[in-house]
Amino acid sequence: MKKEKIIEGLFFINGMAVIIVLLGIFALLIINAIPAFKDITLKDFLFGYVWNPEAYTTPSFGILSMVVSTLMVTIGALLIAIPLGIGTAAYLTDVASPKVREIAKPIVEILASIPSVVIGFLGIVLVGPWLAKLTGQSSGLNAINGSILLAVMALPTVISLSEDALGSVPKAYTEASWALGGNKWQTLLMVKIPAAHSGILAACMLGMGRAIGETMTVLMACGNAPAFPHAFTDPVRTMTATVAIELGEVPYNTTHFYALFAVGLVLFVFTFCINLISDLVIHKK
Amino acid sequence: MNKVEISNFNFYYGQTQCLKNISFDITSHQVTSIIGPSGCGKSTFLRCLNRMNDLIPGVRMDGVINIDGQDINAPQLDVVSLRKKIGMVFQKPNPFPKTIFDNVAYGLRINGIKDQDYIDDKVQESLKNAVLWDEVKDRLNSSALALSGGQQQRLCVARALAIAPEIVLMDEPASALDPIATAKLEELIVKLKEKYTIIIVTHNMQQAARISDMTAFFMQGDLVEYKHTKQLFTHPDKKITEDYITGRFG
Ligand SMILES: Nc1ncnc2c1ncn2[C@@H]1O[C@H](COP(=O)(O)OP(=O)(O)OP(=O)(O)O)[C@@H](O)[C@H]1O
Ligand SMILES: [Mg+2]
Repeated sequence: MKKEKIIEGLFFINGMAVIIVLLGIFALLIINAIPAFKDITLKDFLFGYVWNPEAYTTPSFGILSMVVSTLMVTIGALLIAIPLGIGTAAYLTDVASPKVREIAKPIVEILASIPSVVIGFLGIVLVGPWLAKLTGQSSGLNAINGSILLAVMALPTVISLSEDALGSVPKAYTEASWALGGNKWQTLLMVKIPAAHSGILAACMLGMGRAIGETMTVLMACGNAPAFPHAFTDPVRTMTATVAIELGEVPYNTTHFYALFAVGLVLFVFTFCINLISDLVIHKK
Repeated sequence: MNKVEISNFNFYYGQTQCLKNISFDITSHQVTSIIGPSGCGKSTFLRCLNRMNDLIPGVRMDGVINIDGQDINAPQLDVVSLRKKIGMVFQKPNPFPKTIFDNVAYGLRINGIKDQDYIDDKVQESLKNAVLWDEVKDRLNSSALALSGGQQQRLCVARALAIAPEIVLMDEPASALDPIATAKLEELIVKLKEKYTIIIVTHNMQQAARISDMTAFFMQGDLVEYKHTKQLFTHPDKKITEDYITGRFG
């Protein structure tokens, strides 16, 4: 009896510790972000174009440019990763022979374990020059580059979760479609993908979560120009990159310091919403 | 006229032989019943006729099945167009997780039919034929998965009829139906044979006797006896057939 109580208590402490750490991080973000708004209005912060915190006379703390940059890079990544990921998943579940599947699956998983700095490196030495040649610009470090790299990083998530979703569609649905004269394509597009849609949606959301919070890759490959981006060929600087670049050098307890925490908080709200939505989607049924 | 000709057909799941040297012909515009104890290979046989077993890994077969004089297992045969002329009602109801309407319309849509009025008419007609229309006409756009088991079964009948097949395969289509729906379904089957060739698996002897022209009795993968339904039920050739249909079996 007593032993059981002790074990129970240990698990309780364990669980609580995790929750406390998480809440602590959240509290730290909020506590350090709030003082920023003594000097900046929320409106200027959220809707200002110019981020120039070290300006001598009037520093500006508008994050709109980096929010748009983050969204551009993320959406670009999803535009690449979602069709490719679902296509690959469909190929692996429906078309590939068992042998191909056995080889391809571990490869996809290995893709997930490539360190982001290596992917960023590939962005600089491989994708960058290639994009520069393609667009005729002097540098290929821009939003497309980031999108491509983030797509590569999101793909394993999208592929393996979509594959699980497609694989768990009951065989009876496939049989019903085949018996009605449906070919493989029609069965996939009109029966299997709709039947697996919540799992596939969740896969995409989680892939998005992976892309939006990624730092090192976009820091290396996107060019880091703090200007408002007008095209995918513009160099961009995302929220994550801004925090990573500046937080190391900013003097403590200045408005700039607090503003970086506020940026972190905004990012946290983004990822939190994405995870929340994907959670709701997964548990809808 | 023979619609389906089966000769020396064997079927194996891996090492286990499930159908043993089956040979018989199925006449068009007739109802043919397949009866036999559970596990004797009735569903397997039915699924061979529209090549549903292609989906199962590790199966093997030999012998010939001809439909309209064409070997359906020939390598050059287009299996999709074969299946288009064969409707199938599976033993377990398997409606798509779509609306009732979309379930019935699916077969039409994948055949490239876009005319919405035509689809509406066909859906209604098929649901009426399957004796389901009155129960679902007010909720065509709700999910088919919310229907009861018997309703789902009739929905699957409607879905198979909508594509206007030449052959209709039915695997115990009345197993989850009440006597009234069963009677109506039987009525439909008898009516359908004017246009279609119908092959039905049933565990209900009276049903086989009522609706079918020919009856095949399977046992442990063998075709024991195949003849006119009346004869089979009144003067079976084999002792074992008699035992089975009179319920003295096992
Ligand atoms: N996918 C499969 N893999 C291996 N064996 C199978 C498979 N499907 C059926 N069998 C076996 O083949 C035999 C015939 O099965 P089948 O489903 O054709 O029987 P049935 O006559 O339709 O029976 P019931 O009246 O119970 O539906 C059974 O012994 C069954 O266990
Ligand atoms: Mg069966």
